[in-house]
Amino acid sequence: MSTLSINVEAENTALASHDDHAHEHHDTSGDTVFGFWLYLMTDCLLFASFFATYAVLFMNTVGGVSGKDIFELDFVAVETAALLISSITFGFAMICAQGQKKALTLMWLAITFCLGATFIGMEIYEFTHLIEHGNGPQGSAFLSSFFALVGLHGLHVTAGLIWMAIMMIEVARRGLGKPTVTRLMCLSLFWHFLDIVWICVFTVVYLMGVM
Amino acid sequence: MNHNETHDDASHGTVKGYLIGFVLAVILTVIPFYMVMTGDFSKVTTLWTIITLAIVQIWVHLKYFLHLNFITEDGRASTFSFLFSALIIVMVVGLSVWIIYESNAMMMY
Repeated sequence: MSTLSINVEAENTALASHDDHAHEHHDTSGDTVFGFWLYLMTDCLLFASFFATYAVLFMNTVGGVSGKDIFELDFVAVETAALLISSITFGFAMICAQGQKKALTLMWLAITFCLGATFIGMEIYEFTHLIEHGNGPQGSAFLSSFFALVGLHGLHVTAGLIWMAIMMIEVARRGLGKPTVTRLMCLSLFWHFLDIVWICVFTVVYLMGVM
Repeated sequence: MNHNETHDDASHGTVKGYLIGFVLAVILTVIPFYMVMTGDFSKVTTLWTIITLAIVQIWVHLKYFLHLNFITEDGRASTFSFLFSALIIVMVVGLSVWIIYESNAMMMY
């Protein structure tokens, strides 16, 4: 709290020469969201390089298991459903946040959090199951690139869940002020972006792997 | 103020917009899973269908969930930065795959 007020003070001093401070402030929230969008675009490139790695290594199984042997599509379909439904529940949370409905926003965020946690729980189960059966990331180039790509997505979702938990505390304590809504807006971009990456993961890794 | 209102409409979405996007996304997810799980179709047909549907689904998510558009100034900036990234991604992934598969072919794998 105290760090925040120092920041605001510094900002005020910097903008002291401007008459229309309120106007400047409004513009900053749009800039924040656009800046976050640009970060997501660089994150896209990170995922692209992991996808490229997977695409060139997936047939190098050194005689071990391939995608056909270890992927279970029923399981992946449930994971996909959890993530897809969490996308629309977050959308509803954003609509409630813009309408200044605090209780509803918190409820939709909690539902989204549970769905995201279900997804991560299932992924951790899948990974431990594979490692227990001797198909850990050290098994082959295919397994290494699989764990790297799907694990990177899982880490992003975990980061999103931590961020969401913090945002729920912030909304509960401070209500839906403009800075809070801007932060929720960034988180919603992050969450929907991860869902798009998951479309590529289930298509390229799971569906093409099983075919 | 007028600018503000158009911006809000285009970038925040409505319940209807989210529902349309969700229904389309469900359809576009169920079809590829169904095709691969039943295995009723030939390999080539299945492959091209799931790739096409994935691209369509990405577009649906961008339009209905991330509210990319060409209407507002912010929307255009976001859309063009996405298109630029998409170009780089196609080059990074496409060219890597091309190079390695050609090299595998020459090594007679």
